[in-house]
Amino acid sequence: MSLARTRRPALGVALRDAGLAALIAAGLFLPMVGLRTDVGPTGALFLRTRWTDVLLLMLVVFAGRFLVRLWQEWKTERRAPGFSQRIAGPLSRSGRFVAPVFLLLAVLLPVLPGVGRYELDLGILVLTYVMLGWGLNIVVGLAGLLDLGYVAFYAVGAYSYALLAQYFGLSFWICLPLAGLLAAFWGILLGFPVLRLRGDYLAIVTLGFGEIIRLVLLNWVTLTGGPNGISGIARPTFFGLTFTVGGGPGSFAEFFGLEPSPTHRVVFLYYLILALALLTNWVTLRLRRQPLGRAWEAMREDEIACRSLGINITTTKLTAFALGAMFGGFAGAFFATRQAFISPESFTFIESAIILAIVVLGGLGSQLGVAVAALVLIGGFEVFRDLQEWRMLVFGGAMVLIMIWKPRGLVGSRTPTVALGEKRAISASMVAEGRG
Amino acid sequence: MAYALQQLINGVSLGMIYGLIAIGYTMVYGIIGMINFAHGDIFMIGAFLSLIGLLLITSGGLLDGPGAIVLVLALSMAFTALYGWTVERLAYRPLRGSFRLAPLISAIGMSIVLQNYVQVSQGARVKPIEPVVQGGFTIMQEGTFAVQLSTMQILIILTTLVILAIFTWLVTRTRLGRAMRACEQDRKMASLLGIDTDRTISITFVIGAALAAVAGTMYLLRYGVIDFYIGFLVGVKAFTAAVLGGIGSLPGAVLGGLLIGLIETFWSAYFSVQYKDVAAFSILILTLVFMPTGLLGRAEVEKV
Repeated sequence: MSLARTRRPALGVALRDAGLAALIAAGLFLPMVGLRTDVGPTGALFLRTRWTDVLLLMLVVFAGRFLVRLWQEWKTERRAPGFSQRIAGPLSRSGRFVAPVFLLLAVLLPVLPGVGRYELDLGILVLTYVMLGWGLNIVVGLAGLLDLGYVAFYAVGAYSYALLAQYFGLSFWICLPLAGLLAAFWGILLGFPVLRLRGDYLAIVTLGFGEIIRLVLLNWVTLTGGPNGISGIARPTFFGLTFTVGGGPGSFAEFFGLEPSPTHRVVFLYYLILALALLTNWVTLRLRRQPLGRAWEAMREDEIACRSLGINITTTKLTAFALGAMFGGFAGAFFATRQAFISPESFTFIESAIILAIVVLGGLGSQLGVAVAALVLIGGFEVFRDLQEWRMLVFGGAMVLIMIWKPRGLVGSRTPTVALGEKRAISASMVAEGRG
Repeated sequence: MAYALQQLINGVSLGMIYGLIAIGYTMVYGIIGMINFAHGDIFMIGAFLSLIGLLLITSGGLLDGPGAIVLVLALSMAFTALYGWTVERLAYRPLRGSFRLAPLISAIGMSIVLQNYVQVSQGARVKPIEPVVQGGFTIMQEGTFAVQLSTMQILIILTTLVILAIFTWLVTRTRLGRAMRACEQDRKMASLLGIDTDRTISITFVIGAALAAVAGTMYLLRYGVIDFYIGFLVGVKAFTAAVLGGIGSLPGAVLGGLLIGLIETFWSAYFSVQYKDVAAFSILILTLVFMPTGLLGRAEVEKV
């Protein structure tokens, strides 16, 4: 009896809400979807009507809103602990097994059955973003400095390698550390003027910095080739052995007596980026245990308290920028050598936004979370390849939804680096995030 | 001299457009302390809606001349305001009181959504229109160079001034404006005193979107060509304007917009067109580094 009494109003509320939502949807979609501007035969624009699409969208919104409302009513009626709360404990406990399993899978991926060229390429792409995410995690997750222009360092690394290889004929293995160093140098260069800035202002300055780098690359045609980019970038070698498709003397296949195959290079590139990503992870984890890493985390929590305790904020911030930038530079050099072609188009703001999204969605400061987020976002992005231009729409929508569902990211708990007695995971809502 | 005067006119009319968008940034930042990353795309939506409205009205042959433009402006403002409201309701309100980076990421996601939504629904090609407002005056003649003040530029400047006057009245003289200013100063206290803060914030987004729609309409009529990607760059420049004027300050936003418009125009005229965006971004960085409170902003006092 009581059940029936509570359920009927819930249904009514949900219906009314859904109706309102459908009305709003009508207002949103009638002009934008219902009337499409097309270029006519004379070159002038004309309007094409698509009322059925609008009706369809309205129905989708109606149904979606109705179901969401019903679910909300049902949830408040039950007053059950949230799903995320219930799985938080087991999830954080299983965390220590998840990471090794992931690592094992990553190492064995090229020899797993059913893994072809496409899967390997996807693996390389995901790992590149994992590495970028881990690099940015130093700046945003550990030091709490919100950086919206991280792609600038990625670009510096890529162009450093491409230009050094093109003008001086240097090999990948010499250029890799140089690219990292140059990127780190630019990181410090950016770091100096923004030392005094906080939070959102810092974000905007870094965004401006990223755009300046891109615009200079785009317009300095004599050096960088401008919008045409640089092509024919030298491929990396395996201790001097090349990966030419035809085999021949001095090639990898000939040296090991293998049948020449283009897969060799892909596998090699895969292990290269895996090694680079793991290096990033290892350095980060080691630094977190050292005074520098602890100073980063202390600065993230409270910059003023940090300063009063005698921590040098200048060097702490600059090292975070420099190290984050250096790993971005490594990833950039790898990107250049993998693609053999780079242009400013690859380094737009949207890349920075994606990398930042990976870090935030993964859970700031969590290494495992960043890896999972990169896998979900970039892997998911590839899975939806058939959607073509709808893909970015879904991507953006997923960003908003994940943020609403789990504002603290997928892995929302932290284990303190140092603790008195037993180490316990603490909820991320107890941890501040880059206010300084 | 004549050349400089021409640039001044061009710069002011461009700056007015930036100023209108900058108000949206500065209001939202003032009231909930977040950078509304999707605001540039709201401006783009406004431009598209006015394009659709314009085609609808002129192809129907309903109206012509000034009446049509006013109608297009009103339509675009109304529908863009709906978009502004929806964005706030969907992407920002659920994250109210959440940790600081969450709304920023959500806003970036929303910006991607809006851009690609327009790309999918309206196509990726640029949309050119025939000039709607033509004619103008020659106000100065120096040798062969004539300084032109086009009707369109007069229209932009007049419309902006009228809209700004209405808006200033709204914020300083009405009950709603008082509620907005109260929320800006202390949201918790305002809600304790009986102000519906959620509603006030929604209205802030609605007003911001309507102003962005005005800017979008002016942009469409002035430049005659739009695409789904215009929102990003114009948005960043408008944000620069808001920061330059002092974020949170409404007159500052307009002043900043004018300055950015003038700097961009003069830079393109006297130095290089390619690097005009670099100039705008450099100004942004220099302002923030040396004058973080902007021209008319208040210094932020931090209590420990």
